[in-house]
Amino acid sequence: MYQTDMYEGMLAETVTMHGANGDVINTYFARPLGPGPFPGVVLIHHLPGWDEWYREATRRFAQHGYSALSPNLYFRDGHGTPEDVAAKVRAAGGVPDDQVVGDVGGAMRYLRSLPYINGKVGVFGTCSGGRHAYLTACRAKGFDAAVDCWGGRVVMSREELTPKQPVAPIDYTKDLSCPLLGLFGEEDKGPTPEQVTRHDEELKKYGKTYEFHMYPNAGHGFFYYDRPAYRQQQAVDGWHKVFAFLQKHLG
Amino acid sequence: MCTMIARQVEVEGRGKGPGGWFTVRQANVSYDHPFSLPLEHALNIDFVNEAQGPGARVAVELTVESARTLVETIQAVLTRAEAAGYLDRAQARTQSPT
Repeated sequence: MYQTDMYEGMLAETVTMHGANGDVINTYFARPLGPGPFPGVVLIHHLPGWDEWYREATRRFAQHGYSALSPNLYFRDGHGTPEDVAAKVRAAGGVPDDQVVGDVGGAMRYLRSLPYINGKVGVFGTCSGGRHAYLTACRAKGFDAAVDCWGGRVVMSREELTPKQPVAPIDYTKDLSCPLLGLFGEEDKGPTPEQVTRHDEELKKYGKTYEFHMYPNAGHGFFYYDRPAYRQQQAVDGWHKVFAFLQKHLG
Repeated sequence: MCTMIARQVEVEGRGKGPGGWFTVRQANVSYDHPFSLPLEHALNIDFVNEAQGPGARVAVELTVESARTLVETIQAVLTRAEAAGYLDRAQARTQSPT
């Protein structure tokens, strides 16, 4: 808990790291100043892209004591404004799941290589990034905690499967290797409350450590203060739950 | 949610983006998160030229009702132009080297 007479400092900058296939990814990195040790968190951005909200969220994690890394998962589609690049990815049906797992795994290894990491690394994502956070926590070993905020298409029908997303993330549940926090809104169309219930049942079936919170009067993306989906009370409570969960498992 | 409902179609035309007019080669049509329209989902159309990079883009984000009205209006205008013989003449001019 921050006290008014405490020293506080932060370093935030773009760096490069290696992702899937050894590709060099430009990445936003924020960490507290000082020797640490600090826990690490990989932030997986949402479909609207590697945007300002994600750079702010990355700094928010640093302010709360985490070495936070947010890779630009859309760098292979070129550079431009985050919107223009994200629009290109949206038109292409997103990025391949295997590639994301490789990129996020690379981010985890980057954090683990740093001398001031406390040995613990989590993964956080919202929207498509929430789905990717869950997927990666199942498929890439080495994470100590995962946060899935309203990740849609964790539960997928056969018709929704594509060459880029060939397996529904829920089908990897038995391989989930770390505690999971899920935050969802009752009014969300994806994931619907029914899909969240199905996910919940699958986690129970395999005896996983997890906590799901379903917020009333909230839909998709209720943390996004710049969108009409923002819900102040639910967002404040949700952020508290995120940091309490990560403190418990990474602190 | 991210619907990932998107299609791309090849088109011929010109579009005016932040850098001025450019040749449009593709139209990307999606029903997914908009960037600016204050809705969770919208009918998004991006007129782009992929060869010129992500910035060669003219974007519109429409409500479903607006998108349907736009489709009907385009069809109505083309039908009227065709009935008046303009499409044949325009086609002939396009194909003529003069």
